[in-house]
Amino acid sequence: MWNDLIHRCRALFRRRAVESELDDELRFHHEREIERHLLAGRTRQEAERLTRLAFGGLDQVKESCRRARGVEPLETLLRDLGYGLRMLRGHPAFSAIAVLTLAIGIGANTALFSVVDGVLFKPLPFPHPEQLVRLHESRPNFPNASISYLNFRDWQRENRTLSAMAIVRTTGFSLTGSGEAEQVDAEAVSSDFFSLLGVRPLLGRTFVRGEDEIGAAPAVLVSAGLWRRKLGAAPDVVGKSLTLDGRAYPIAGVIDPHFGLRIQGFDPADVYVPLGQWRNPLLRSRASGLGMHGVGRLRPGVTVEQARADLERIARNLAAAYPQDDKGVGAKVVPLKDEVVRDVRPYLVVLLAAVGCVLLIACVNVANLLLARSTGRAGEFAVRAALGASRGRLIRQLLTESVLLAVAGGGLGVLLAGWGTRAALGLLPAALPRANEVGMDARVLAFTLVVSLAAGVLFGLAPALKIARAGGQQALKEGGRGASGARHRAQDVFVTIEMAAALVLLIGAGLMIRSLGKLWSVDPGFRPGRVAMANLALPPPLMTASPAAVRAAWRAVDAKLAAAPGLLGSSLTWAAIPLVTDDELLFWLDGRPKPASVNEMSWALRYIVEPGYLRTLGIPLLRGRFLDARDDEHSPPVVVVDETFARQFFGDRDPLHRRLALDGGARRAEIVGVVGHVKQWGLDQDGRDRLQAEVYFPFMQMPDAAMVLTPSNATVVVRSAPGAPPVFTTVRRVLREISADLEVSGMQTMNEVVAGSLAARRFSMILFGSFALVALALASIGVYGVTSYLVGQKTHEIGLRIALGAGRVDVLRLVLGQGARTAVLGAAAGLAAALGTTRLMGHLLYGVSATDPLTFAAVVAVLAAVALAACYVPASRAMGIDPTVALRRE
Amino acid sequence: MDGDRIDLPQGTLDLLILKTLALGALHGWAISVRVQQISGGALQIQQGSLYPALHRLERRGWIEARWGTSENNRRAKYYELTARGRRELAAEESAWLRLTAAVAQVLAEPSS
Repeated sequence: MWNDLIHRCRALFRRRAVESELDDELRFHHEREIERHLLAGRTRQEAERLTRLAFGGLDQVKESCRRARGVEPLETLLRDLGYGLRMLRGHPAFSAIAVLTLAIGIGANTALFSVVDGVLFKPLPFPHPEQLVRLHESRPNFPNASISYLNFRDWQRENRTLSAMAIVRTTGFSLTGSGEAEQVDAEAVSSDFFSLLGVRPLLGRTFVRGEDEIGAAPAVLVSAGLWRRKLGAAPDVVGKSLTLDGRAYPIAGVIDPHFGLRIQGFDPADVYVPLGQWRNPLLRSRASGLGMHGVGRLRPGVTVEQARADLERIARNLAAAYPQDDKGVGAKVVPLKDEVVRDVRPYLVVLLAAVGCVLLIACVNVANLLLARSTGRAGEFAVRAALGASRGRLIRQLLTESVLLAVAGGGLGVLLAGWGTRAALGLLPAALPRANEVGMDARVLAFTLVVSLAAGVLFGLAPALKIARAGGQQALKEGGRGASGARHRAQDVFVTIEMAAALVLLIGAGLMIRSLGKLWSVDPGFRPGRVAMANLALPPPLMTASPAAVRAAWRAVDAKLAAAPGLLGSSLTWAAIPLVTDDELLFWLDGRPKPASVNEMSWALRYIVEPGYLRTLGIPLLRGRFLDARDDEHSPPVVVVDETFARQFFGDRDPLHRRLALDGGARRAEIVGVVGHVKQWGLDQDGRDRLQAEVYFPFMQMPDAAMVLTPSNATVVVRSAPGAPPVFTTVRRVLREISADLEVSGMQTMNEVVAGSLAARRFSMILFGSFALVALALASIGVYGVTSYLVGQKTHEIGLRIALGAGRVDVLRLVLGQGARTAVLGAAAGLAAALGTTRLMGHLLYGVSATDPLTFAAVVAVLAAVALAACYVPASRAMGIDPTVALRRE
Repeated sequence: MDGDRIDLPQGTLDLLILKTLALGALHGWAISVRVQQISGGALQIQQGSLYPALHRLERRGWIEARWGTSENNRRAKYYELTARGRRELAAEESAWLRLTAAVAQVLAEPSS
């Protein structure tokens, strides 16, 4: 075997030496034979003739020897490659266009595939990611509710199918005592969170069992970023303390917060504290969902279904044991990856289909180019066929050339993709989950290679088959024009495919553009222009002050905001904020009997705001009055509801002066006004399956237990006056002037928030639109190329007709007639395809149907115009043909 | 088969070459002459088959080649049996003899 290999290598790499040796050997034999004949008495001539006869074809002998050397397939391939390279270098314009076209098509596919792979296909970057699941309670109003702390403890203790469970809650702290004070993002986690995900600390340790109990000693894990920024990356931080909200938290360790969970509720934070440290009295309430997100790890071999059944069983037991709180509560278990990518998957799938269309068009274009060029090569291949090359051999060589083109295009495409992906990710960092895992890795490169090879075979096959079939005396005789008729048909098919594909893409893009347009004009229920919001924190001493002191502090802030020039209105808010965060309350209508359990009560969105809120956000007042300065901690509790609430609970009757029973009946509040509805969940949420009823509470009437929580993180919304400098600068200046010891963070304008809620949609629309434009460009190049070629082929005929008296219109009809038929066919095919496929985009559209006739008609018109323009140059060239010149060119 | 020339199947050609080389190194031409001589002219190996066979056998490692000087002082490529080639020769030879004995036995049966 070794010998075999050595010989093959030698035959491959030292071919010239081997060949010359063979020559010598055969020549030696030849001479000895001649000598033998001479010795036998024959003449020289006779001897040579006999020897030549006996030898047979010298070349054939050499060929057999070569085959016996066992490297022929590889040699042939190398020879074909060399030949192909020479061909491509010899036609630089053609090669450049083909390679560039392919680079665009393959590059776009590669870029999108790298995103799809990173987001959808790659397993999450945790050990045994397939075992990770997301856990929810399911309550009658909320299919994916958060798990209450006490329920979580019971689930953790009693389950048999999960090897670990953890819950997480986003919160925030004021960090003081380490340089400049700042607001830090925090996550309150249960003890098992990090070990469940397999996250190891960079320094120190993660939390241990029992550390997350309510009342346990405080501890904190610091993120690597904060460690570097605030603690100077000192290696001995473990054991030192951080002062958060005025309390000392000993540092237990340092971790890297970017452990791959880029989904809602699991944002990277600056610090991590055990769950029990989150000072909210509702933690002890079994019925409160407090925005806690659950994860779990299945035991090996356990399915999601089994885990769900197991948790359901526990939930039912709890419902029986605590009917007040848990009646009707069930459990939901969802694979973690599904939930991470759920929102993005439909977009990515649609984009992948779109980019596939682009590649199809690119391949068709290159196939057209190859067909056009093959006219000139028919003679060359006819000669080779006559010299004994088999059809398979010719096809193989042609395919080698096209694969070479494709691989070159693929290489360039990879470069384009790398640059393009980076640019695209830069435009949209936040909205794409797992964006940090998108990159050009081995899988993506392998994908590119496969696509390039497939594309090369795809577009090379048709021209190869044509040439191989056309080889023969026919081609030799007619000087290459004979096969042009057959080639036309293939080109027509190609142009039809191109037009159809471009049409589908353009229609898809058009629909998405119209959807976005409709969304932009949706009224969110308030006026976001010149409105900004920011997070405020009071100085640390107030974090542990009495409720009265806290109220006084906030009133002082209010007074300063009211006095500031350039602001039309301001309001502190707590609980829900439109498009940003939600908060719910349970209640029932006063006068009705108290419901037996929590799950029979009614839900509403809760906004805790100040009197200036209405004017600041520009929400219309419909009946009664809004909250004002009279409604404070000494006056009777009042609320304002929105029109949806009024309609839902009171129908046509007047809700004013009716009362709501709150806090389990402990408080009753009177409705004093009705305001317009605000789109809490987003511009494209038309409210079918989400909570829509809204209630506004006065900030100062918050119960004391809640008021003492506000100093660490309240939000303020402000509206700047028209003509004033942009709201950001105004607000920043005002807040800076107000107080040096107020912590301000997280400022954004409402316009940004609204735009941000549409970010994913807008981004995919831009991408889709880009693909559609590229497809249109490629298709029009294709149409131009084919028409050009047609004119070239028919120059003779056109010259003849002009000489015989045909007018310009007749020539035009000749040139465009066939093309028009093809275009109409292509448009029809495209429309049919679009009607079938846009249905699949249904849930990405808003306000337009998937078969919107206006869009369809507009796109067809655009495509027709572009195709016509693409034909213009060759057609005008045709009309200007000089018959004498054309006829002479026989 | 025309006249007194018998067409050789490929495996047999290999066997003949190996056997011829068993007595010593020869170049290609000498091999064809020797076979013709020993078979009394019945077997004539064509260059078209000889040299591919030689190269194939060389690739398999049953013979090895080196360039030397021929009887008439010219450069020629000599082939020689390797140890493995000798083993192969013995095996092929015995297989051939067994085969032909069996075939002869079948043919010795009177037909009708």
